[in-house]
Amino acid sequence: MATTDISAATETTATKTISGSQAVLEAFIAEGVDTIFGYPGGAIMPIYDALYDYHDQLKHILVRHEQGGIHAGQGYARSSGKCGVVFATSGPGATNLVTGLADAMIDSTPLVCITGQVYAHLLGTDAFQEIDVINITTPVTKWNYQVTDATELPAVLAKAFYIAKTGRPGPVLIDITKNAQLQKFEYAGYTPCKHIRSYRPKPIVRKEYIEDAAAIINQAEKPFVIFGQGVILGKAEKEFKAFIEKAGIPAAWTILGLSALPTDHPLNVGMLGMHGNYGPNVLTNDCDVLIAIGMRFDDRVTGRLDKYAKQAKIIHLDIDPSEIDKNVKATVGVWGDCKETLPMLTKLVESKVYPQWLHKFKEHQDEEVKEVIHEELNPSTDILTMGEVIRNLNELTGGDAIIVTDVGQHQMVACRYAKFNQSKSNITSGGLGTMGFALPAAIGAKFGAPDRTVVAIIGDGGIQMTIQELGTIMQSEVDVKILILNNEFLGMVRQWQQLFHDKRYSFVDIASPDYIAVAKAYKIEGQKVIHRTDLNGALETMLNHKGSFLLEVMVGKENNVFPMVPQGCSISEIRLK
Amino acid sequence: MNKQEFTITVYTENHIGLLVRIATMFSRRKINIESLNTSPSEAEGIHRFTIVINEFEEVVRKLARQIEKQVEVLKAYYNTNDEIIWQELALYKVSTDEIAEKAQVERLLREHGARAVVIRKDYTIFETSGHREETDNLVAVLAPFGLIEFVRSARVAIIKASHGFHEKLKEFEEAQPGEEQLENEFLNKQDEIFTM
Repeated sequence: MATTDISAATETTATKTISGSQAVLEAFIAEGVDTIFGYPGGAIMPIYDALYDYHDQLKHILVRHEQGGIHAGQGYARSSGKCGVVFATSGPGATNLVTGLADAMIDSTPLVCITGQVYAHLLGTDAFQEIDVINITTPVTKWNYQVTDATELPAVLAKAFYIAKTGRPGPVLIDITKNAQLQKFEYAGYTPCKHIRSYRPKPIVRKEYIEDAAAIINQAEKPFVIFGQGVILGKAEKEFKAFIEKAGIPAAWTILGLSALPTDHPLNVGMLGMHGNYGPNVLTNDCDVLIAIGMRFDDRVTGRLDKYAKQAKIIHLDIDPSEIDKNVKATVGVWGDCKETLPMLTKLVESKVYPQWLHKFKEHQDEEVKEVIHEELNPSTDILTMGEVIRNLNELTGGDAIIVTDVGQHQMVACRYAKFNQSKSNITSGGLGTMGFALPAAIGAKFGAPDRTVVAIIGDGGIQMTIQELGTIMQSEVDVKILILNNEFLGMVRQWQQLFHDKRYSFVDIASPDYIAVAKAYKIEGQKVIHRTDLNGALETMLNHKGSFLLEVMVGKENNVFPMVPQGCSISEIRLK
Repeated sequence: MNKQEFTITVYTENHIGLLVRIATMFSRRKINIESLNTSPSEAEGIHRFTIVINEFEEVVRKLARQIEKQVEVLKAYYNTNDEIIWQELALYKVSTDEIAEKAQVERLLREHGARAVVIRKDYTIFETSGHREETDNLVAVLAPFGLIEFVRSARVAIIKASHGFHEKLKEFEEAQPGEEQLENEFLNKQDEIFTM
């Protein structure tokens, strides 16, 4: 009872005595955190002990694996636009976070991860579950820091949230030794961080670059906008729409930019990149001005760089100065937050329409419909295609659902064909291509947007990588619709083996368990569909079901995703078959 | 454009782990660091990294931006050798008997501007500072006389055109950062806009 006496005695003054663990949770509350995804263990037990008293203010979701925890944190961040928060213990708990950190780093997802660490006096002694998590995570975090003294915690956590959320967002990891979690100290309250002298979240916008960019756009005859997640992260969807509508410029998206502009917007011309639409790829090499907004010219988008948009003047808007000229040199680089730069640009561009130029996109789309899309959506055989499943799902959700995808063929098909009416609705592992992402990310996405329908679309490979998170769904009673598109192959690798390795199918014929039985074991209802006649009914059952539901759809084993830009080729060499 | 020697000067906070964060910028691109020095700078509390690499300017420019992006880094500059004044320090241990016996050694040391740091019965330690070729030359001429031990420090460099970091630091400390960060060197290079 001694501790109670101390706190009672100090509460009358401006400070009070709390533990490092309490300071962590107080910081969360001050930062508006409502949900934590985590997994306890020895070195983080003091924080979990403190959490016991905070359970009415902070919801903790017990995951089944730390990788599931961090992907859930990512899903939460992506659907809510807030910062995800993750707990893991030292050693293996911390190393299990690495894939998620790398994923969040490359996809610019704001996360604050707390890892427990052994007592400070044991650091460097190869103690039980001790690992040098700071050095392991340095390349995959925006910032990381080890706390060995509790008095540092309020300021360090304030810094962590500030760094994770501002500028180009990213994951931050704070490693806290067990003694610091237990240490009692005089707590003077939490002050949010607003400025770090060595850190500039966003460069100041320079008017002359906006003017230069506007002048180039106003002279353009065939301007083309390509946009990425920067529009979503900058919460600049409205500003973006106003810009393209005034300038009359067709716009295509990267897979992380998807849903920033409604699918049926007349200027939305589709998807960029390796499995993107025909028009946006081919016409990138035909436009005279290419306006890149909040995207980073990933190799999956550009194909061969020396044959990428050589004819065009490039205007690149990005908040991260190191992205400008990294892969593609910009004629004008507009550094800044697109929430600020886009309205400035909109003001200076002339109101225009480009009917002939837009018609070119239409012509290419017609070609793609004829060669690819028509057969994908209206197959001439009895075998189900992934495309028709997505199309039917669109019809039932009306485009209002959050779609979480894993990695592979189903991801490309879902991104190509899914319909979106609102932003922050497409959640996928873009840069890192992490199989196993979707199931835990969908759990997080539902907590981040509880009023929305969340559909996780997953292949038969990816689901088996993090299938243990069905346990999290069971225990947390979170409502996630799981749609497995099962082609009985690791389909994307198989497609490459077919096209580029003479059909030498090396270890891609993956076997599946009885998913419906597995789901049942986790008290999740399920259904399996083999025939087209059952598809719509099953999708309806899934969407109308109260609570989680697993729907497995058997699709064509050797279907390929087209169009395709073969690796190392120019986007002009895109194949329709 | 060929690879050439660049000196990268990085102003940073004094933060544990920052060395690794900066070093990984180079190692992930398989770039060998020729020389690395950390020291205090002219501004109180601000550390200064001096890093020497052999690379294409294009690569160095991208590297500097990515280094600057690190939270604890205030500013990263890169310079060619003609834009900086630099020195490296070298220490040489030679047998005192050799020097005492051979007048030639004494002359050589004098010619190379070497200063004695320690003189003992058994050995003497000399020090020189200068460019790498200069210290290398002295190693070569001392070798026949039994150079017992040799070590050279990393490069330290001063940028000729720099006005120091005091004023910059004030800008950084303002909640609203100043205009300075915004050089956009490509604005006027509208021809040849692609590489690779």
